[in-house]
Amino acid sequence: MSVATGAPPATGAADGGERKIRKAKKYNRREAIAGYLFISPWILGFLIFTAGAMIYSLVISFSYYNLATNSAVPAGMDNYQRLFSDPKVAMSLGNTLFYAVLAVPLEIIFALFLAMVLSKLGRGAGIFRTIYYLPKMTPSVATASIFLLLLNGNTGAINAFLKLFGIEGPQWLVDPNWVKPSIVLMTLWGVSGTMVIFLAALKNVPRDLYEVSSIDGAGPIRQFFKITVPMISGAIFFNVIVLTIAALQVFDQAYLLFWRDQTNASPDSSLFYGVYLFQQAFRQFDFGFAAAMAWLLFVIILIITMIQVKFSNRFVYYEGDN
Amino acid sequence: MTATQSPAMTAVASGDLGGVDTKRSARNGRGRWYRPRSVIGKVVQWIILLAFTCMFLYPFVWLLAASLKPRGQVFDNSLWPKTFQPQNYVAVWDQLPLLHWIFNSIIIAVLAAGLVAISSSVVAFGFSYFKFPGRGLLFGIVLATMMLPGAVTMVPQYLIWKQTGLLGTWAPLFGMNLFGSAFYIFLQRQFFLGLPRELFEAARLDGANYWRLFTKIAMPLSIPSFVIVFIFEFQASWNNFQGALIYLNGGHLDTFTVPLGISYAMTAFSPTNGGHGDYQYVMVAALIVTLPMLILFAFGQRYFIEGVATQGRKG
Repeated sequence: MSVATGAPPATGAADGGERKIRKAKKYNRREAIAGYLFISPWILGFLIFTAGAMIYSLVISFSYYNLATNSAVPAGMDNYQRLFSDPKVAMSLGNTLFYAVLAVPLEIIFALFLAMVLSKLGRGAGIFRTIYYLPKMTPSVATASIFLLLLNGNTGAINAFLKLFGIEGPQWLVDPNWVKPSIVLMTLWGVSGTMVIFLAALKNVPRDLYEVSSIDGAGPIRQFFKITVPMISGAIFFNVIVLTIAALQVFDQAYLLFWRDQTNASPDSSLFYGVYLFQQAFRQFDFGFAAAMAWLLFVIILIITMIQVKFSNRFVYYEGDN
Repeated sequence: MTATQSPAMTAVASGDLGGVDTKRSARNGRGRWYRPRSVIGKVVQWIILLAFTCMFLYPFVWLLAASLKPRGQVFDNSLWPKTFQPQNYVAVWDQLPLLHWIFNSIIIAVLAAGLVAISSSVVAFGFSYFKFPGRGLLFGIVLATMMLPGAVTMVPQYLIWKQTGLLGTWAPLFGMNLFGSAFYIFLQRQFFLGLPRELFEAARLDGANYWRLFTKIAMPLSIPSFVIVFIFEFQASWNNFQGALIYLNGGHLDTFTVPLGISYAMTAFSPTNGGHGDYQYVMVAALIVTLPMLILFAFGQRYFIEGVATQGRKG
C-alpha cells in the first residue's frame, strides 16, 4: 500500500512536479492514510446523518411524503407556501420568539447574579455550587412532573407561597398570559449550567483590576459595569448564543406540561414552534411540511446567531486583543 | 444522540478553548474579586445564599414528601406528610413497569455513552496526532455541526432509520453514537493535544503501529476526558425524552425508557383519562429517575463542572 515512512509518494510523477513534491514533504502518505482511517467513523456519520440528512430533508420539504408507501411525490413550493398560509406557524413562531426574549435575558441575569454571589464566597462556595447545580441533573420529565403540581393555580405551592405576601397567584398553566412565565420559571430553576460557565469566567478576571480601580475610587456598581462585564463578555456572548438557540427549540417542558395529554385542550399560547413541528412530523406524519418548518427554523436561528455575532464584535473582549 | 438535549449543542464553534484546568485558576486565588468586609455585608451574603439554597432544594424536598403521601394528599404542599404512606415505594412496581423502564434506560444509556466515548476518542486521535490534507477544513466542519439545530435533522434521521428497518428497536437511540459526536471529539482532541508528542515518537521507534499508539498510549492517558464524555452522554441519554417519544412511543409499554414511561403515567393517572389521580406513584417514579443522576453527580461532580466550564472557556 505504501512506501517507507518519510519517503515521497511514488505517484508524484514528472509533470507538475514541484508543487507535488512540496506537498509530499508536508504530508507523510502513510500517516495521512492512517489519519483518514481514524476519522472515518465521523466522516461516515457526517455523510449519512448530517449532510445526507440535510439534503434528504431539503428534498422532502419539496414533496408530499407518504409514510405508508415510503414514497415522495413532488410538491413544488406547496410546503413552503403553507408556512405562510397556516396561521399556527406564525402563532407558534411568535410564541417561541416571545419566550426567547423573556427567557434569555432573565437566565443571563439570574445566572450571573448567582455566579457573582458564589465567586465572592471563596472557600464555602463548593457546597453551594453543588446544591445550585442539582436541578441541572434532574431529568426534564421529573422537573415537569414536579412543576406541573407546584404551578397548579389552586393547589400549587408557588401560589401558596405568594399568598403569604397577600398576592393572589395566577392560574399559571391555564391562563394564556402566564404560560410562558411558567416555562421561564422552570428554566430558571435549572439555570446552573450557565452559572458554572460564568463562575469559570469570573475566576479568570485579574483581581488587581478591582484593587487598582477601588484605589481610584470606583464603587462596586461601577466596577461591575467597567471591569466585570467587559472581562467576562466572551462568556456572556457564548451563553446568550447557546441559550437563544435552546430557547428557539424549546420542546420538553412545553410538551410535557401542555401537549402530552392529547385529550386536553391547551391554550394556543403554549404552542411552541418545536412542539408544532413535532406534531406535524410525528402526529400528522406530514413530513414534507415538517421539513419545511425545520428549514424555516434553521434560517431563523442562523440569522439571529449572525446578528448576535455581528453585534458582539463591538463589545466582546478577548484575551490577547487590544 | 440528538443535539437538542446534549451538552454538545451548548458548545460554540470557536477556536481553541483551554484545557481542563479549572482547579488551577481556583487555587491561585484570582477571581475572589470582591469580598464583603463588613458584618452586614456578610450577613446579607449568607441570607442570599441560603434563600437560593431553599429555592433550589425546595422542589426536591417537596417531591420526596409527595412521594410518601396517600392519594388525596399529594397536593397539600406540606413538606411533612400528614399520613405517611411508604408503601408507595412498594406499590409503584405493580402500578407501573418501572423495572423494565429502568433496565431499558440503563442499557441504552450505557451503550450510548460507551459508544460515543470510544468513537469520539478514535476520531479525536485522528484529528490531533496525524497530519493530512484537509484536516483543518474537516475539523472546522466538526465544529460547525455543533451549531446545527437538532430540529433540522430530526425528521430525515427518523426516515433514515425507517429505511434501515430498525424503527421500533432501541438502535435509533444510540446508533448515531457509533460515529462520534462533535463536542466530544472537540473535548477529546483538546486533551490529546496536551500530550507530549515525544511519548508517541518513542513508541514509534519501538515499532508500534498507529493503532497501538492509540490503544496503548493515548487511551490510557485520556481516561479523565473519557470519563467526562461518558458521564455527559450518560446523563443526556438518561434524560432523553424527545428521542424516546419519537422512536418508542408507539411500541409496547415495557419497551419504554423511564422519561417516556413517566410521561405516560402522568397522562394515564390523570382523572380526565379515567385514572384515579394516583400522582403519588408519578412522584415516586420521578424521584427514582432523578436519584441515579444525583448519585452520578455526587461521584462525578468535578467532571461535570469542568466539562461545562470548558464549553464556555474563551467562548
